Amino acid sequence: MIYEVFRQERKGQPFQHAGSLEAANHDFAESYAKEFYGRRGESQALWVVPREAIIEVEDFVDELNRNYHRVDGYSLKDKLRRARERAGSALVARDR
Amino acid sequence: MNEQEARSLLEIADDELILGWRDSEWTGIAPFLEEDVAFSSIAQNEIGHARAIYELLSRERGTTADELAFDRSPGEYRSARIVELRLPEGERTVARHYLYEQADATRLERLKQSNDPAVAGLAAKIDREEAYHRMHAAMWFDRLEHEPRFTAALDDLQPLLDAGRDEHTSELQELWEEMTMVRRSQPVGTAW
Repeated sequence: MIYEVFRQERKGQPFQHAGSLEAANHDFAESYAKEFYGRRGESQALWVVPREAIIEVEDFVDELNRNYHRVDGYSLKDKLRRARERAGSALVARDR
Repeated sequence: MNEQEARSLLEIADDELILGWRDSEWTGIAPFLEEDVAFSSIAQNEIGHARAIYELLSRERGTTADELAFDRSPGEYRSARIVELRLPEGERTVARHYLYEQADATRLERLKQSNDPAVAGLAAKIDREEAYHRMHAAMWFDRLEHEPRFTAALDDLQPLLDAGRDEHTSELQELWEEMTMVRRSQPVGTAW
């Protein structure tokens, strides 16, 4: 059976995917996970999860390209640049 | 430490050194990667235990851990015959692992009760790592206990665990040659 292992480096931090391993049962998985991801003191906790238990989602439909749902949908940098350009040419026009 | 404890410690150190060496022969060729890593780690631990015990003993004897580990003749080792065997069969290696860890637990338990704090402390430290080895051995036992090849290996190896330590297998001689080869060669300019 394949297991996915997640490790937490320090208390309070999110668990991150560390890798996967093959083991005959949960006990072996736990012991191998410790060897792979905990032996050098690099983790303070592990989640060992049978791969079958993971629900994978990978289709994200966005037919109408509604990028305004996303933070990066608005490019503030571009808007600022354009605003500065407008303001700059307005100042130039006024000075004339 | 009393004489009995010193004798027992030397037996454990020799067992752990030689078993660690034998177990490490699986490194890179174990049946699958996860077990390769786990078993290699156990082998490393055993050699670490041997070193710690040799260091403790060498302080009492005014020598060094390396001298104790490598400068004796094969006949002077106090290892049990079961650890000396080269076991290229997986089921026999696991059977030895299981038998050895059980016997090892008993003698460590005794040393943990020592009046000498250095002995009791080291035994306790080693035992905390051995607890993991015992878990590993128990998992394999649970998986293989109904496999005829495994039970046959247990029956076959048990007598070697109980056999005395005065006589050794011919395989110890071969292992000793390998184990001490670099040290005996004394390349020019080396200081150990």
